[in-house]
Amino acid sequence: MQISTKMYSNVNAKLWLKTSFVMLVGRIVFSNVHAVELTGSASFEYRYFKQESALTSPGQHAPSVVLAPEFYAKWDEGKQSLLFSPFLRLDREDAERTHADIRELQWLMVRDDWELRVGVGKVFWGVTESQNLVDVINQTDLVENTDGEDKLGQPMINISLFQDWGTIDLFVLPLFRERTFSGENGRLRFPLLVDTDAARYESGAGRRHIDLAVRWTGSIANWDIGVSHFYGTSREPLISLNDLATSLIPYYEIMHQSGLEVQYTLDAWLWKLEAINRKTSSLAFSAMTGGLEYTFYSAFESDINVGLIAEYLFNDRDDELLSPFQDDILLGTRLTWNDVQSTELLVGLLQDLRSQEKSISIEASRRLGQRWTLSLEGRFFDSDETTSLFYQFRQDDYIQLEVARYF
Amino acid sequence: MRNLLLVLLFVPFMVQAETPQEKGLVIAIETDNRDKGWEDSFAEMKMVLRNRHGGESVRLIRVTNLEVDADGDKGLTVFDEPRDIKGTAFLSYSHSLTADEQWIFLPALKRTKRISSKNKSGPFMGSEFAYEDISSFEVPKYSYIFIRDEVLDGLDCYVLELRPQYEYSGYTKSELWIDKAEYRAQKIDYYDRKNSLLKTQRFKDYKHYLNEFWRAHTVEMVNHQTGKSTTLFWKNFQFRQGLTDADFNKNVLKRQR
Repeated sequence: MQISTKMYSNVNAKLWLKTSFVMLVGRIVFSNVHAVELTGSASFEYRYFKQESALTSPGQHAPSVVLAPEFYAKWDEGKQSLLFSPFLRLDREDAERTHADIRELQWLMVRDDWELRVGVGKVFWGVTESQNLVDVINQTDLVENTDGEDKLGQPMINISLFQDWGTIDLFVLPLFRERTFSGENGRLRFPLLVDTDAARYESGAGRRHIDLAVRWTGSIANWDIGVSHFYGTSREPLISLNDLATSLIPYYEIMHQSGLEVQYTLDAWLWKLEAINRKTSSLAFSAMTGGLEYTFYSAFESDINVGLIAEYLFNDRDDELLSPFQDDILLGTRLTWNDVQSTELLVGLLQDLRSQEKSISIEASRRLGQRWTLSLEGRFFDSDETTSLFYQFRQDDYIQLEVARYF
Repeated sequence: MRNLLLVLLFVPFMVQAETPQEKGLVIAIETDNRDKGWEDSFAEMKMVLRNRHGGESVRLIRVTNLEVDADGDKGLTVFDEPRDIKGTAFLSYSHSLTADEQWIFLPALKRTKRISSKNKSGPFMGSEFAYEDISSFEVPKYSYIFIRDEVLDGLDCYVLELRPQYEYSGYTKSELWIDKAEYRAQKIDYYDRKNSLLKTQRFKDYKHYLNEFWRAHTVEMVNHQTGKSTTLFWKNFQFRQGLTDADFNKNVLKRQR
């Protein structure tokens, strides 16, 4: 700041005044701010697709880099803070996967029995492993990964009220974020491109429809329970052909969705359930994911934990293209070495119980030294149902290696 | 003179009446009582892990605890390093004999997960400390036998044998050295399920806080079977900051940094 003031001092008095004013305001607002903390990561990722694409444009090699810094400052004895997490990916192949986002830009105020968050934030709801039906606050950043775990930052006002009988979260979500889709040279997509610029909305307010959500969570002995309701723009678009049948148009309806999440923890058992009921003007359906995770701690007389995961996925929507998990099971295992490098391996098989369709997912990671991590990911799709989502991905099996440096 | 006579009269009677089990329990209760009343505490910890070739790995952790009467304490642990797990936070409500309640917050996904607390004997963060080694000391967790008196590093100590009374411990027993002057743990030998010596823990650099509470600032754990060791360096202890149950609600996990 000193340097910049010096630099501009010769320019003109007006600019100098402006700079001083900004500094003064900064000093009032951020008085007693402890040093701004900069952390985050930079990573290099290499995706290799086993087969050539069924389409002409995309290639088999997709290197990319990610920069994800985090700026954090707190003041007011830690009762107020500001978090800024921008995100940038540069992908050599896919212009749509090359994208920037503000994952978080949030002011937090903490009081004895309530908290207020204003800005762009990220919220997770759910308990299960295969998918999180109840998790509807943030839009899925689908170009990042098909597992749906990566999310776009969501503008919000969130107040949390802490009571003896649990926590109530209220959300006002003033601006909608559109789902991201792979571009011309991207893999893991439909044969026709999704034209995100042509997105249509049920609400006349379009992206500016003000969405609302409320959630109660509580823990009673071995039970952790969440009940939620969301009213607003569905994060999951309906997909239709454009007039010339040259591209796909996302259509975002207004929805009401009620959600329930339950986890019962006993001994080495975790019993999990997520259920939703969704109503829009075109459809009404229910869906659930339920199952268990059992962990053998210190298995084989070693320090390795072996977790076994089994979940059943159900919905009565009858649309294998947009929600493929109508009658499926997940069988998986999670190995945790508990070593200095935090070595982990997660392998899962999703099998459709009504057809041969399946997908296999492998995720492994390990720390190298103090500041580096190495991650391996593989996804494999197998389907002969032409109307199914995984059929579109049938030639898109990939293996991915990621090296990340944390700072 | 009369007092001395009285003492001399009663001492043999007391010694006879007190079995090694009773004496062990009395010492354990006194140890527990001497560390009551701190209400809440905060401290920063640097954990240095060493393998048998001398290679080192460092973790930086902040630990906040709340004293709970007649039950296990509540604890909030936040990780600063290694950087890839920065912001990971761990909340635990420990109980003497029933299962602890534990949650972990994973910052990359913003996800709070309730986790099983069966994992008593597994390593904490790849270190030589098991989860059960770092959980709060509660008298009902063990049975006690007084074994002998012994001088350790010039300190008069009681040596007790402890046998875990909770489920899923990785130990058959441990031997605990407690100094007679201040009732502070000085050394623990841990014996594995095959009853062979597994690890030795040493407590060093004790400092006195609020004129009441002793805290070791260097705690070393050596694994005799693998040659690996872990040393904890504690600093910046703070007590009685006025924390309450609300500061240990699972909601606080997601705002830890």
